[in-house]
Amino acid sequence: MQTKRTIFSNRALPIALIAPQLVITLIFFIWPALQAIRSSFEREDPFGLRTSFVWFQNYTRLFADPTYLSAFGRTLLFATAVTVLAMAFALVLAAAVSRVMRSANAYTTLLVWPYAVAPVVAGILWWFMFNPSIGILPYVLGQFGITWNHRTSGTDAMVLVVIAATWKQISYNFLFFLAGLQSIPNALSEAAAIDGAGPFKRFFTIVLPLLSPTTFFLLIINVNYAMFDTFGIIDGTTSGGPNQATNILVYKVYADGFLGLNIGSSAAQSVILMLIVIALVFVQFRFVERRVQY
Amino acid sequence: MAAIEIASVRKVYPGNVEAIKGIDLSIADGELVVLVGPSGCGKSTLLRMLAGLETISAGEVRIGDRVVNRLEPAERDIAMVFQNYALYPHMSVRGNLEYGLRNRRTPRDEIDRRVKEAARILEIEPYLERKPRQLSGGQRQRVAMGRAIVRKPRAFLFDEPLSNLDAKLRGQMRVEIKRLQRTLGTTSVYVTHDQLEAMTLADRLVVMNGGVIEQVGRPIAIFERPETVFVASFIGSPPMNFVPVSELGADAPGLPAGTDLVGIRPESLSLERPEGPALEFETIVELIEPVGGETHLHLRHTASGRTLIAQMRGRVVEAEGSPLRLWCSPRALHPFDTRTGRRTD
Ligand SMILES: Nc1ncnc2c1ncn2[C@@H]1O[C@H](COP(=O)(O)OP(=O)(O)O)[C@@H](O)[C@H]1O
Ligand SMILES: [Mg+2]
Repeated sequence: MQTKRTIFSNRALPIALIAPQLVITLIFFIWPALQAIRSSFEREDPFGLRTSFVWFQNYTRLFADPTYLSAFGRTLLFATAVTVLAMAFALVLAAAVSRVMRSANAYTTLLVWPYAVAPVVAGILWWFMFNPSIGILPYVLGQFGITWNHRTSGTDAMVLVVIAATWKQISYNFLFFLAGLQSIPNALSEAAAIDGAGPFKRFFTIVLPLLSPTTFFLLIINVNYAMFDTFGIIDGTTSGGPNQATNILVYKVYADGFLGLNIGSSAAQSVILMLIVIALVFVQFRFVERRVQY
Repeated sequence: MAAIEIASVRKVYPGNVEAIKGIDLSIADGELVVLVGPSGCGKSTLLRMLAGLETISAGEVRIGDRVVNRLEPAERDIAMVFQNYALYPHMSVRGNLEYGLRNRRTPRDEIDRRVKEAARILEIEPYLERKPRQLSGGQRQRVAMGRAIVRKPRAFLFDEPLSNLDAKLRGQMRVEIKRLQRTLGTTSVYVTHDQLEAMTLADRLVVMNGGVIEQVGRPIAIFERPETVFVASFIGSPPMNFVPVSELGADAPGLPAGTDLVGIRPESLSLERPEGPALEFETIVELIEPVGGETHLHLRHTASGRTLIAQMRGRVVEAEGSPLRLWCSPRALHPFDTRTGRRTD
């Protein structure tokens, strides 16, 4: 790819232009990250008066802690469910819309709205709809003889957060899938139709393979989203409960650190999360560089 | 292989765009018919209706003995070559050729035999394992042809298949398509806006304009006797000159009743006075275009101020800006009536 280069005559202007972004990154990202790394090697006494350097103790304790390990498993389940559902629904919607019309603005706008909703608001929205006492959905489900109570049932709670997180991410995926679909020339589908492939066969043998760069990109983004960006949704719906059933890694960092006040353990957890993000981004860049080839 | 019968076919796109306004056409088994006309005249629409890629708003299309109006593209047993080739970019050349056969559950050994055969005919054997993006334009074009011929369909449909190639390659591929079509004897409909391509390829030429057929016939017959002003102006290069009868002067010969416009092919204007009666044109030379074996003269007709184009054999040694007298035999005139747009003789 060709990059455009602008030549500045002096040095002050470019530095001034990037300074605000740099300062924000330093203050709100790099600095806390460094602090987290430091804290993860320390232990504070119960009164917060003394801290001592404990090497990897916070980490070794974490990996010996069954609640942490089960949170890991739960996060995996949650992330897989959200990623698969959000991408599948988005793909179906995008395929439907791009079939109806080539530039489907009204549909597109409507389908994109959820993305503009803040995570906590989305969480509360679903919390409200699924509220066992006043929500509409438990009432409807009750008509079918299904009792819904995410306050007591861990499974219900997990289903609720998966739905809420999925709903919010579908719009984003939809936009990318729609753009991807529209960049596949119509003539390819037509050629395949003449070559004797029905609509489903065309979709799976022509469209889906050609969409693979988009799919792969979204896969990484969605895993990232489900693992790290869903804090607000969990907080707005279940707050990790009942009985830890929806306490995923990113929420546990907050719960252990700010509610449990175990700063050392919380810091170690956030460092582990950072490593996971770095790994995901690394995988993404490696593949994007080589492109998913076809 | 099959004959194609198009009867009173119309196409109305959503938004009441009438792209095809009633077309009747019979295409014989094994014939190569070329649809030619300016951009937007409905050639692709007609072709896509034959292919089943567009619905038919009214009328009937038969391929062989079947009415195909309601059949899916796959069921029509036709093959189409697209302008941008539409090769499947994620499949190898072999994959592209096999795709249609696999969808039709052709046995493996039969697939291999047909792919080999098609690759041999089109000389693409060395590229079978490559992806389309690793091929040149001409090679892609061959693969697109290959994908059409492996299926042994009842008809080939071509939608401007050569318009993405450079002039030299276009000439070569044109000859190859014609040769291939002769060898296979498959009924073919070929769409182009390039009149040279149309003239050289067609067994029969169909000139379209504004959603209707203007004239059907052998290319030479159409060239020699265009039935409408549109056909006369569209077919032939350089294009025909048109002069209103009122500007021909006193020596205008006896033209058929109703004639108010005459067409004169550039090659009908000559520097020597022909035997018998002749029309005389006093002109000023504006521009001389030597094109190898012949020369095109752009002239200004002094009487009317119109630009005329004359085509001369060999080289012409007139100077630009100098006066020139040209002659034309009355037999070479194409008389038209502008009110009907049709020929009057
Ligand atoms: N999908 C469509 N919807 C509406 N109008 C169309 C569509 N496709 C083509 N047209 C119109 O139909 C006419 C014929 O188009 P087309 O068959 O593509 O012409 P050609 O191939 O001769 O250039 C044009 O006026 C074009 O604008
Ligand atoms: Mg066209």
